[in-house]
Amino acid sequence: MTIQFLGKTLKNPMVLASGVLGNSNDILKRVHESGCGLVTMKSIGPEPRDGHKNPTVIDLGHGMINAVGLPSPGYLNMENEWEDLEKREFPLIASIYGGSVKEYRMVAEFVSSKKPDFIEINISCPNSEKHGMIFGINPQSSHDVVSAVKKVINVPLIVKLTPQAPDIGDIARACEDAGADAICAINTVGPGMVIDIESKMPVLAFKKGGLSGPMIKPVAVRCVFDIYKAVKIPIIGLGGITTGEDAIEMIMAGASLVGMGSAVRYRGIDVFQTVADEIDTWLSDHHYTLEDIIGAAHKEDAS
Amino acid sequence: MTTITDQKHIMLRVEKKQVDGPAFATLFFNYALPFKPGQFIMVWIPGIDEKPYTISYHSKNEFAITIEAKGIFSQKAITLEKGDLIGIRGPFGNGFDIKPEDAVAVVAGGCGMAPLATLVEQLPENTCFIHGARSREFILFPDRFDMDRLFCTDDGSFGRKGFVTELLENEIASGRHFDRVYTCGPEIMMYHVFNLCEKHHIPCQVSLERYMRCGFGVCGACVCGKQVVCKDGPVFDSSALRGIKDFNTKALLKSGKEVDLAQYFSWRCK
Repeated sequence: MTIQFLGKTLKNPMVLASGVLGNSNDILKRVHESGCGLVTMKSIGPEPRDGHKNPTVIDLGHGMINAVGLPSPGYLNMENEWEDLEKREFPLIASIYGGSVKEYRMVAEFVSSKKPDFIEINISCPNSEKHGMIFGINPQSSHDVVSAVKKVINVPLIVKLTPQAPDIGDIARACEDAGADAICAINTVGPGMVIDIESKMPVLAFKKGGLSGPMIKPVAVRCVFDIYKAVKIPIIGLGGITTGEDAIEMIMAGASLVGMGSAVRYRGIDVFQTVADEIDTWLSDHHYTLEDIIGAAHKEDAS
Repeated sequence: MTTITDQKHIMLRVEKKQVDGPAFATLFFNYALPFKPGQFIMVWIPGIDEKPYTISYHSKNEFAITIEAKGIFSQKAITLEKGDLIGIRGPFGNGFDIKPEDAVAVVAGGCGMAPLATLVEQLPENTCFIHGARSREFILFPDRFDMDRLFCTDDGSFGRKGFVTELLENEIASGRHFDRVYTCGPEIMMYHVFNLCEKHHIPCQVSLERYMRCGFGVCGACVCGKQVVCKDGPVFDSSALRGIKDFNTKALLKSGKEVDLAQYFSWRCK
């Protein structure tokens, strides 16, 4: 099941979501080798940033809540990692974030020179005081940051969206108009909060955090459905996908590729190969190809 | 709730506090924790932080963690008293591989005694037990086990003056056979123990430490080479260790920046 995506060949439609195991070349390579078609580095920021104090990630059983807080060495402090990555033999998305259009542009221009296969801009992270989110909930500011970044990079641009946008289709269309090559949706849902009733305190040190895992899948499927209606560019669909059937549902909503993150918790690092195999089995049982079912759930809509 | 699930925090109150010399304190909790030696739990002090801790005592209805005051979190943890509230998640990680019929050596260094304590309790009396520390006050649990122990300290204030590797090498040179060596302590010590074992073709199990966030193999904060320490480890055997180029060389700071181990440990102990 080889996939063509924005001019690159991927061994399957599975994507490692940003923020999950993306900390080093070695671990990204392992995720690729264990069956993931396209891996994403942890988001890179303009400055060194520690992220929040623990607790930062809690498994609620039906999904997780996290406020890791965009830790990053800062784009200028990753020389060893870039050196390793230049020798890589696997397709890579470099995810970046910033607090202003200028910061996005600065980080993007530098990262582009390191030749990732794709750059993903995170305009949707709810877990820091200022980074990203403000862009992703407004079509005009989304347009501004996408067009600024697009001008300074020479690899395809993916934009990662937040489900908090009042109309995610509008945001996606603004990004497409500004030159985005693909949409990645969704980032975590929320923010939410969990309070420990014995200590009477929010459990996360940052108090609020983004929800992920099985509990958010219906939100993610709806968002991808709305985006597919709004744009022509391909969509990486993610949010709560854990099984092949989840992935099929996401593809029918309109996704060309399918991302996973929290699923690593529930089914291990091999989950990418497992889900790719489950997709294959479902497709062959139903005598479909992958292309046959991308956006298939829009059939009624069209009539 | 009768059994722990590795999901939200289980909130527990300190049942008993045991002072272990000037450097350590042990906090006991009445809770039936399903646990295997070598695993760890995430310990949350509400309002402070959350850190990984090993279990230093374990019985059917009770467990304990042992704290050495080093950084902000542990300096707070060591002041906790009976009745104080903490949250735990876990246990996480793989644990030591225990084969009761094997002839083994246990090599503990400093607070590395804590994760080995529950292991030692499961090993036969003829186990070779080597325990070292900087000085007398850093020898944790000097009177605890029904087993002969070879002590050493860097300054000679307790047991022999010298390093645990010298004691292990003597035992090997004396013709003693080991099917396996377990070790926990400063990473440089474990590295030398591992190399000694490699030289003598003895399988080794090492418990590694890295900065952790989730504890269950998702966030990536604790990656060491291609290994995820919280999930694939924290115990690694010789075949895994041979493939970890970051063993005794590199670690990630909280920001994800890769640094030399010395820089990492000076940050961790702040």
